[in-house]
Amino acid sequence: MTTQTAPPEAPAKQERRKLDENTLRNLGLVGVLILLIIVGIATKPDLYSDPTWVKNNFLTILQQASAIGVVTVGMTFVIIGGGIDLSVGAIVAIAGVWSTTLATQSYGAGGMIFTAIIVGTAVGLINGFLIAYGRLVSFIATLAMMVAARGLAAQISGKQTQISTNSTINDIASTRPLGIPLLVWILAAVVIVGWVLLNRTTFGRRTVAVGGNPEAARLAGINVKRHTMLLFALSGLCCGIAAIMLTSQATSAQAAMANLYELDAIAAAIIGGTLLSGGRGTIVGALFGVLVFSTITNLFAINNLPTEVQNMVKGGIIVAAVLIQQFRFQSLTQLFKR
Amino acid sequence: MSALSRRRILFGGAAVGAGALLTACTSNEPDNSAQVNTNTDASANPNAAAGEKVVIGFTAPAADHGWIAAITNNAKAQAAAYPDVEFKAVEAGADAAAQRAAISTLVAQKPTVIVMLPHDGKELDSAGLEAMKAGIPVINLDRAFPSQAAFRLQIKGDNYGMGLAAGHYIGEQLKAKNVANPLIGEIPGIDSLELTQERSAGFKTALAEYGFKVANRRPAEFTADSGQAAATALLQALPKMDALWNHDDDQGIGVLAAIKQTNRSEFFMVGGAGSKAAIDQIKADNSVLKATVTYSPSMASSAISLARLIGQGKGMSDLVELQVPKEITLASETITKDNADAYAKLGF
Repeated sequence: MTTQTAPPEAPAKQERRKLDENTLRNLGLVGVLILLIIVGIATKPDLYSDPTWVKNNFLTILQQASAIGVVTVGMTFVIIGGGIDLSVGAIVAIAGVWSTTLATQSYGAGGMIFTAIIVGTAVGLINGFLIAYGRLVSFIATLAMMVAARGLAAQISGKQTQISTNSTINDIASTRPLGIPLLVWILAAVVIVGWVLLNRTTFGRRTVAVGGNPEAARLAGINVKRHTMLLFALSGLCCGIAAIMLTSQATSAQAAMANLYELDAIAAAIIGGTLLSGGRGTIVGALFGVLVFSTITNLFAINNLPTEVQNMVKGGIIVAAVLIQQFRFQSLTQLFKR
Repeated sequence: MSALSRRRILFGGAAVGAGALLTACTSNEPDNSAQVNTNTDASANPNAAAGEKVVIGFTAPAADHGWIAAITNNAKAQAAAYPDVEFKAVEAGADAAAQRAAISTLVAQKPTVIVMLPHDGKELDSAGLEAMKAGIPVINLDRAFPSQAAFRLQIKGDNYGMGLAAGHYIGEQLKAKNVANPLIGEIPGIDSLELTQERSAGFKTALAEYGFKVANRRPAEFTADSGQAAATALLQALPKMDALWNHDDDQGIGVLAAIKQTNRSEFFMVGGAGSKAAIDQIKADNSVLKATVTYSPSMASSAISLARLIGQGKGMSDLVELQVPKEITLASETITKDNADAYAKLGF
């Protein structure tokens, strides 16, 4: 790879180049989004002629991207840090199921939110512990957790769908402060915190360093093991938050919920420009990745097109994004330099 | 090397321990209100009188769905209602291969009859044949084997009929309201499954009789959260809708949540399967859900009763034949506010 990770004390020039590259990529994703909306307008002019519908549609796209968006922020951190988390869907399920047991529900909304966040973080911490100190490869450790956590979720729920009877939790999905769904506010908050954490703190700097070259990071005095563990805990925390969001949307939780979230989150992070080998990635790009998928789902729905075609298009976009990442942007940035 | 592996064992053990601890400190026993055939009173039904001892081997997939959970619970409860039945359940594992192995174990134990809900009828055909060859009658629950020799009795629901029933209900209602060119939405379950395709085909056929068709179809995955996502997309695509059929009441929890979140109520909805929550809601008549078409897991209770009769060589008392028939397809029934009370005990 020519785009080697910049160590924390990178020269300003290289920093600038990276910035340009990220901006370009994000502009590219905005272009894709605009293109998808234009296709929507062209295929369904009758729907798009109603301004209320258009506004609603926009908010719906954002709302349907919110839970997976929160998971993707955590996933982006893990991937930048050189790992992968295949267990995010399962963590959402275990956190969702645990927070909706009759016992937990008796503690009210606060108890449910607390439980989801603690369970999510704890499972993430176990992942991180096994990977950092047990020296398991993250792919294997989180694969095992993916199976085990869903199993435990099925065990706890007795394979039943657990209905949330807590109106405070259920109302999260329908509350709209300032006309914008609360779920979208939550996503915005997580994205902002994630962006600040990655770009403006030592934690973020260390994440990039650990992912880019763990040995160099270790020699530079970073506690790589502890940092790796924290990254997986962070991913678990995001899953806990997403579990509450999803539980509120579905007014229930079950062991099979958040199916294949790991793949959607990885795909969104990748098309957002996160390098699968670690050391590089952006939160904003990942957010755009999630929005692209959510917009495609919306576009296919309003045109009543079958979901199998939608999945093919999604696959195509992932491949195209990675190809562009590998070839085009290098030459494009060169072009802009001159 | 040895230090490393010791460490790995340590951490592996810690992980397992943590898991065990997590399980230990939750308590949420779901109340398994299983459906037991009340027709086990010997004075009313001579077949119910205790007879020869029958050992029934049972295997069903360990899926995460309320319907499958109800199948297993029903079978267990029904077997417990007979003093002359011994119930031997074998965990079917995660896939067809695991279930095949489980059935071999079961066959080796020589039960009188085997009742199984296969992961997949085609893939477990050979397992059915193996048991039949060993002289053990096989009762196939819901997912048919291709070979006729692989089962003694097939008892299943009617997926196509379910679609027909939903289509007829929606057609009748819209005709009564004089709606011309209605906008009808459909939310199926996992689209690659044969059962989903049969349901959709039946629905399409029934609607065609009224000159109607489906305006938008968004598949979900039999889970509440996927139902919510599919319904949100569908509602956005159809700003005005007249009727909606959702194939599965479990995913219907999410579908109804999405409808509530978007404040929509201009249409009526029909469910599928017949869960307890759905029946209660239809009875309460306080949401868009006005009916559900059954695909009842009560078939597991009936399968145990019939397995017992087959084991004892008895026929069904209302039929002329001296043996239990070979195939039974349950009719899909439409539950509305009017008959919800009668079906309440069959909800799962």
